[in-house]
Amino acid sequence: MTAVAPSTSMGLDSRKLGMWTFLASEFLFFGAFVSAYLLYIDETNGGPGIEIFDIPFTSVSSFVLLMSSLTMVLAHNSHVRGDLRRMRLWTLATAGQGMVFLGGQVYEFTVFYREGLDLTQSPFASSFFFLTGFHGAHVAIGVLLLLGLYSLSLTGKVKVGQDVKTEMVGLYWHFVDIIWVIIFTVVYLIPELRV
Amino acid sequence: MSTTGGTAAETAEHEEHAGHHPTPQEYVRIALILAALTALEVSTYYFEFGAAAIPLLIALMVIKFVMVAGFFMHLRFDTKLFGRFMYTGLGFAVVLYTATLLIFVVDANQ
Amino acid sequence: MASTTAAAETPRLRPSKPTGFLSWVATTDHKRIGILYFWTVLAFFFIGGVESSLIRAQLAQAELSVLTPEIYNQMFTMHGITMVFLVVMPFAAAFFNYLLPLMIGARDVAFPRLNAFSYWFYLFGGIFLYSSFFLGGAPNGSWVGYAPLSTNAVSNMAFYAVGIQILGVSSLASAINFIVTIINMRAPGMTFMRMPMFVWMTLTTSFLLLFAVPIIAVALFMLQFDAVFNAQFFQPASGGDPILYQHLFWLFGHPEVYIMILPAMGIVSEVMPTFSRKPLFGYAAMAFAGAAIGFIGFGVWAHHMFTSAIGPVPRSAFAVATMFIAVPTGIKIFNWVFTMWGGRIRFTTAMLFSVGFVSMFTIGGLSGVMHAIVPHNAQQHDTYFVVAHFHYVLFGGALFGLISGVYYWFPKVTGRLMNEKLGKVHFWTWLFGFNLTFGPMHMSGLLGQPRRTAVLPGELGATVELYNLLSSLGVVVLAISASIFLYNLIRSIRSGEASGDDPWDARTIEWMTATPPKHHNFDVIPVVTSRDEFWHRKYAESEEGIPVAVPVGASVDEESDAGHDEHIHMPDPSLWPAIHTLGVLPLGYGLVYANWLLVGIGAVWMVAGMFGWIIEPLAEGDDDEPAVAGAAAH
Repeated sequence: MTAVAPSTSMGLDSRKLGMWTFLASEFLFFGAFVSAYLLYIDETNGGPGIEIFDIPFTSVSSFVLLMSSLTMVLAHNSHVRGDLRRMRLWTLATAGQGMVFLGGQVYEFTVFYREGLDLTQSPFASSFFFLTGFHGAHVAIGVLLLLGLYSLSLTGKVKVGQDVKTEMVGLYWHFVDIIWVIIFTVVYLIPELRV
Repeated sequence: MSTTGGTAAETAEHEEHAGHHPTPQEYVRIALILAALTALEVSTYYFEFGAAAIPLLIALMVIKFVMVAGFFMHLRFDTKLFGRFMYTGLGFAVVLYTATLLIFVVDANQ
Repeated sequence: MASTTAAAETPRLRPSKPTGFLSWVATTDHKRIGILYFWTVLAFFFIGGVESSLIRAQLAQAELSVLTPEIYNQMFTMHGITMVFLVVMPFAAAFFNYLLPLMIGARDVAFPRLNAFSYWFYLFGGIFLYSSFFLGGAPNGSWVGYAPLSTNAVSNMAFYAVGIQILGVSSLASAINFIVTIINMRAPGMTFMRMPMFVWMTLTTSFLLLFAVPIIAVALFMLQFDAVFNAQFFQPASGGDPILYQHLFWLFGHPEVYIMILPAMGIVSEVMPTFSRKPLFGYAAMAFAGAAIGFIGFGVWAHHMFTSAIGPVPRSAFAVATMFIAVPTGIKIFNWVFTMWGGRIRFTTAMLFSVGFVSMFTIGGLSGVMHAIVPHNAQQHDTYFVVAHFHYVLFGGALFGLISGVYYWFPKVTGRLMNEKLGKVHFWTWLFGFNLTFGPMHMSGLLGQPRRTAVLPGELGATVELYNLLSSLGVVVLAISASIFLYNLIRSIRSGEASGDDPWDARTIEWMTATPPKHHNFDVIPVVTSRDEFWHRKYAESEEGIPVAVPVGASVDEESDAGHDEHIHMPDPSLWPAIHTLGVLPLGYGLVYANWLLVGIGAVWMVAGMFGWIIEPLAEGDDDEPAVAGAAAH
């Protein structure tokens, strides 16, 4: 464990506090996308609607993203225990799962596009692609952060005892994951009940 | 540099929680529970749950959310301030956007 | 002080000289960043002022054609965008930057490089917006950018969507920075209830930004994709709803008005006690009224949409909520009045501007409550009455407060005093010109003059024409007044009278250190034992409650600690924030012109800049560098 409490007014790490502040604001960001989606769920303009979703496929990629949170927390746990080798391994595993999720999203978008659903088709299409696309952009940034963390731990910039760095990347990663927990239910599963 | 006398209680609370982080085995157990909950969610697609489906899905979503935030993001072990920040943001989002959507619904019923 | 710069090996790409152009580009010193903000704001204020002069020239008489309608629309749009996003908000940020660490007894903000990042994003965002004038015309769909007009190429609002997005990133980053700084970096003993009121208002403003900016970000993304990539968010033809844009805009836009006014309220709450020689009346009430304004401010957005398609139930609910917000605002106004009541008032220029703030803001606040009444609102909507209202709160309110702050803290920044005689001329001409410009708009608005109309229609009659002529003459007075201010500012920087460390007999701890402050702010971080710490170190209270001066030097922190300043680690200068943010320009133009090559260049540039930023060696070491952490433990 890092034994030293940072010497700040609240005894908190400024970087962690900053990350939490940022994540708090992100809820407002994704909330607006979710609202637009819910408002436009039936505005298909004659094009495909929610029946286009492939629930089994999306379930698998949701599961992959959920499990990447496990490997992320294990990476942090290894870092706390000073095991940089395992930390790197789990970090790479997390990034790999993130890339699998992104690959799945690219595949999903391509299939939808072939079936006639593209950004300019309808308000439903625009809001769907925006919500999942911006989430995907967050995942992509997360993968970049993970790969950065991995390479910096190789060059010695991220050292034993600096597990706050892994924790910061982890906080971001878990946040992206819990946003997907919400999206998976609100965007895919609940509307699908009506089909 | 400095520690503030007035916030000693908060610091103590922080220290008390530190070191209670779960072991890797516990993390795996939590992940297994999350996996099982996800399986239950997906089953609503294959089986008919009737009127219970939506409340069930929302409940499962909330449980998964709280578990990931509490254990993986360490909200249960870290200072309460972090959790307050996050749930303030979440609360703002839920209240504001629910109100916005309600305005559309109320308007549609006129 | 030479001892403050640690003599570690300096990486390449880091300017080592403490002066010169590069030292400003690379600065991470919150005081220098504050000064950069100030001059940039002044430049944009000049441009925005020229735009408003052109507007008033066009409207000086009925049926004029000084400007074509196309140019007129660009002028009023850019005037609004400039004054809101490039003047008032960053003007407040200039004060936050310079004063916040000094007021809470910190050596810098929590994330100094992120602070520089915020400034560069602001500067590049402003340049980006104004470059549109040379690239086929500026945005002309008004600062609210209502869809679906704004999604049409004729309105040129793609520059607006991307430009405001850039400025939003700047605001969000500084909001996070200031929140963490206030929560985490207060001096020993500086509890929340001992913080200067300005710090409270900074905290509230930062939280408003934190929760409001992401909402406008989404609205702008949607707008931009509708405009450039043919998305269907706000296109009624395919089932889209333009009302959604209005909701998202005002969900941000109403907190935004408090984002602009709360910093000024904080400044006035510092100036008034100092020049009344009394503590701020009702400190706790003031702090919580500010927080209440921020909180309720999120729940009143739809009062901007009373004439849009929303039903009677929401209209009633938002009318009530809007009237409620007058309560905490009223608390504040009464507390300022009671602060002055029975005080020994010195009418310096700073104090005059603060009194001007309270009186002008009250007028604007009262016309604001009139808008809360739904039928009244329908009558006034989109008339000059609204223009009068928001200029009374933003110009008579925010700007008066901010200028008061300039006069008050000018000695802190420069070590010199501004000329009081010129200052008073500035104040009285400013007050007169302001009321001459915006007072008549109340009447012309009630008589039916519409806003955002390029030509003043002759059929409104001679009375409305007279009011418009008065308004235009008022702008002339304001221009003269602003020139006096600028002259005074520059002359005082060059050759103003030396101020000494504490020219105003001030109350808060930013005046306890040297004037102008050293790079590291405080030789010894003060230990705070009360509100108005500096005052209580200077004065004890006699049995009748009258302040009695304490002998000089009797209550200074133990000087034996002074040797500590050899160990002060200050953040290193860094070019990376400027380099990193430069990538936003190709990214922005790429998004406006749907040019994926430019977007790619910008994105790669920014990612590369981010890595340069991360791997840049820091002389002071990371906080949790094992060696540093170990040293701190022992």
